[in-house]
Amino acid sequence: MTRDPRFGIVGTPGPRVDALAQATGTLQYVDDLTYPGMLYGKILGSTQGHARVIAVDTAAAEALPGVRVVLTGADLPTAFGLLPVSQDEHVLAIDKVRHVGDAVAAVAADDPDIAQQAIELIEVSYEPLPIVTTLAEAVGIVDEPIHGEGPANNRDRDISLEFGDVDAGYEAADHIREDVFFYQGNNHAALETHGAVAIAEEGGRLHVFSSTQVPHYLHRILAKVLEIPESRIRVTANPTGGGFGAKTDVFSHELLAAHMARLTGRPVKIVLTREEVFYAHRGRHPVLMWVKTGFTAEGRITSMAFKTFLDGGAYGSYGAASLLYTGQLQTTTYRIPAYRFEGLRVFTNKPACGPKRGHGTPQPRFALEVHLDKAADDLGIDPVKIRERNLVEPNTRTVNHLRITSCGLAECIERVVDASGYLDRRRRLAAGRGVGFAIGAYMSGAGLPIYFNDMPQSEVMLKVDRGGGVTVFSMAADCGQGSTTMLATVVGEALGLDPSELTLVTADTDLTPIDLGSYSSRVTFMAGNAALDAALELADRIRTAVADDSGVGLEEVSLGKGVVCVGDREIPWAEAVRVTEARWGLLVTTGSYKPPTDIKGDYRGSGVGPSPAYSYSACVAEVNCDPETGFVSVESVWLAHDVGRSINPLLVRGQIEGSVHMALGEVLMEEQTFRAALHNGPSLLDYKIPTVLEMPRVESILVESIDAEGPFGAKEVGQGPLLPVIPAVVNAVHDALGIRLDEIPIRPDTVLAALADLDRGGTGRWGPTDLPDYTFRPPQKVEPPPAGVRL
Amino acid sequence: MEPVTLVVNGTTRELFVASHHTLLETLREGLSLTGTKHGCELGECGACTVLVDGVPILACLTLTLDAVDVDIVTIEGIGSMARPDPIQVAFGEHGAAQCGYCTPAMVLAAKALLDREQSPSEEMIAEAIAGNVCRCTGYVAILRAVAAAAESR
Repeated sequence: MTRDPRFGIVGTPGPRVDALAQATGTLQYVDDLTYPGMLYGKILGSTQGHARVIAVDTAAAEALPGVRVVLTGADLPTAFGLLPVSQDEHVLAIDKVRHVGDAVAAVAADDPDIAQQAIELIEVSYEPLPIVTTLAEAVGIVDEPIHGEGPANNRDRDISLEFGDVDAGYEAADHIREDVFFYQGNNHAALETHGAVAIAEEGGRLHVFSSTQVPHYLHRILAKVLEIPESRIRVTANPTGGGFGAKTDVFSHELLAAHMARLTGRPVKIVLTREEVFYAHRGRHPVLMWVKTGFTAEGRITSMAFKTFLDGGAYGSYGAASLLYTGQLQTTTYRIPAYRFEGLRVFTNKPACGPKRGHGTPQPRFALEVHLDKAADDLGIDPVKIRERNLVEPNTRTVNHLRITSCGLAECIERVVDASGYLDRRRRLAAGRGVGFAIGAYMSGAGLPIYFNDMPQSEVMLKVDRGGGVTVFSMAADCGQGSTTMLATVVGEALGLDPSELTLVTADTDLTPIDLGSYSSRVTFMAGNAALDAALELADRIRTAVADDSGVGLEEVSLGKGVVCVGDREIPWAEAVRVTEARWGLLVTTGSYKPPTDIKGDYRGSGVGPSPAYSYSACVAEVNCDPETGFVSVESVWLAHDVGRSINPLLVRGQIEGSVHMALGEVLMEEQTFRAALHNGPSLLDYKIPTVLEMPRVESILVESIDAEGPFGAKEVGQGPLLPVIPAVVNAVHDALGIRLDEIPIRPDTVLAALADLDRGGTGRWGPTDLPDYTFRPPQKVEPPPAGVRL
Repeated sequence: MEPVTLVVNGTTRELFVASHHTLLETLREGLSLTGTKHGCELGECGACTVLVDGVPILACLTLTLDAVDVDIVTIEGIGSMARPDPIQVAFGEHGAAQCGYCTPAMVLAAKALLDREQSPSEEMIAEAIAGNVCRCTGYVAILRAVAAAAESR
């Protein structure tokens, strides 16, 4: 049951609880920590894309005064990986390096200059191996695959699923359209580079501070690789200087700092350089996509098939999940009666890809929304109508068994179309100007945990002190998205207390109960629900104690703002708390959240579902294109987002505006490319991201569908709003110039090439045509839910 | 190591630094002024911005030994939690910080602008922060916060 906010704390724009600490520069990021006797660690990265490590000579580095420890692969031989199915990484290379920048050796020294000098003294002998850097190469058989024994191809994993009868759907169609798309990879470029500080404590305990978004997973992997129990390790996630998924994996520098602290007995800090961040990567996968859809003459989808090919880089990371996300969420916006998804992720000799804001879904969303724009043209239907004719409905189940609960998509579309004047302006703007439209959806947390278990995904504890102060304990890690403020707002609303009066203890494995981490847009929904659970129990307990103490019925006692009301009488909060503690002792309550897991049988949602809820977005973008130079600038973006309920509208709008920024970088300029195995520009000098001068006017529109299961009805906003922006811009360029860009980022040269093709009488298309030569196994056939099933 | 005298936030500081050390390293490591941030080492992101004689400069591209005989102001010299500058308050109220990592530098860039312009246009504000990258906010709320701070003066 949805709970309505009574105090207006939820729903009112308010500053972050750490706003002044941020603005005064006093908030402590991990690189701001210093301890007496602290050593500085440095990692030596591979110069080779793919090579056998013959020998690592560390003698000269060890002899350098001030060097306290030098490590190579054999020192920490346990393989690890974030997903149980991808245990393919080592802290430092054992036998082989797999990409330029792969960690080979590490030192810790008295100061950073000595550490750098020592790194330069380490001699590594490599035996170079042939490199694989493209999808086409990766599907071929080679003697020396990147992982495992040859001869073999470089497949990481593949998937093949069919829901309903896809071919029958094509037979029933009046029109069938096929397209091929490519979405280039890119980096998160969070402004803070990754870092860790580790301290050795009494009795062999370790305390590791990290810029991580996932303290719990770091905790588990530290225990595994260092071979000490989790109970001997404490992980604290410092406030993160931007995450976007970059810091949801576990990295060598974290494990090395901990091990070096253990070996030396001294605190050790390792902070990556910007170049090292590009090698740590885990950014957006480059994805090649093929889509084929059957439509009725009215534009209703009869059937769809989707193929995705992911260039995963050198390690698994989150790739198994990324692969599934490229295929499984297409059905969350459109009713697709029959759907086939085939996907392949390969290894290449490049830094590992992983999750970036929108994890695995911006690529297929770009493909799908441009594909639909073209189909609308084919059928002579406007782009809004073709989507409206296929929209999912609330409280239904998709063909691939995802639960659609609340859905404000229709309202998002209506409001963004109205605000932008899209239908009146399309095809009517001056030469070079155009408007484009697209929609999207994203999950509010993954239904399945990363490692199998049946415990809650989020737990929150509240403790009340004798002055009435309430402390909220939660492992949720604030990576800038505002999770700490969200917790304070939810608890404040439930108790009638101002969020600024609460104390927040977060992201510490010794002190706080579980939250799996800041990924998959799960924190507001899951930690928010756990916090609400704990706060409601606290409210009940206080009301009961006060009712009994006052000799009245429970129904006569309610919470007011900072007070407990007994009829007309107001008891100060602190007094009510004293009455409650006198009655039962220590005043602590807890809450837990476990997502629904109601999928039965062999098919478990293929790792993506069911999410407890999906957010929805619709976007119109207006562009101005110069046909002489091929330069595209985005002038306005209208974005409506169904956030369920806006817990704090100031922060919700901030997520929308930030998502627009990140999306514009991806569609217009950002790309992580390589010359052979060498990164083309591992620096912010070469990797350009939009400055304020490239930002358009953004109008954000909040839609509230009040989700029945979300905390106060809330859903996610951190990732979803990014999705429709990219295809909206590409569709706007078509409106402006008549060209079809089926590959992003849009570059001046691709715009000019498409225009030249148009001039020659071609279709004005730029994009890929061929798919890798790879045969998928026959699909696992999954029976769709019964027709017309409601939740 | 070389002896050097710096004037930081109005206080004269005498210390020894390596000749290759940047002002960013000296402020953070030598003087524990960690509000100045490291982001890219190449003068591209602007997170290391400090004011030198009232003008924003990049501490990661400035050698400490070149920062003598000037007045250096870091975020710690602008305001504190107890006595924040109106710009710092406006950043919080308008949601101009998400992760907060670029924020000290943004505040300094805004401070330099507002100290010379009473009521800057939106274009002037944008130009003033154009050298500072923010990855979280899309700059929308930052522009709003700086404009509000200018108005409140």
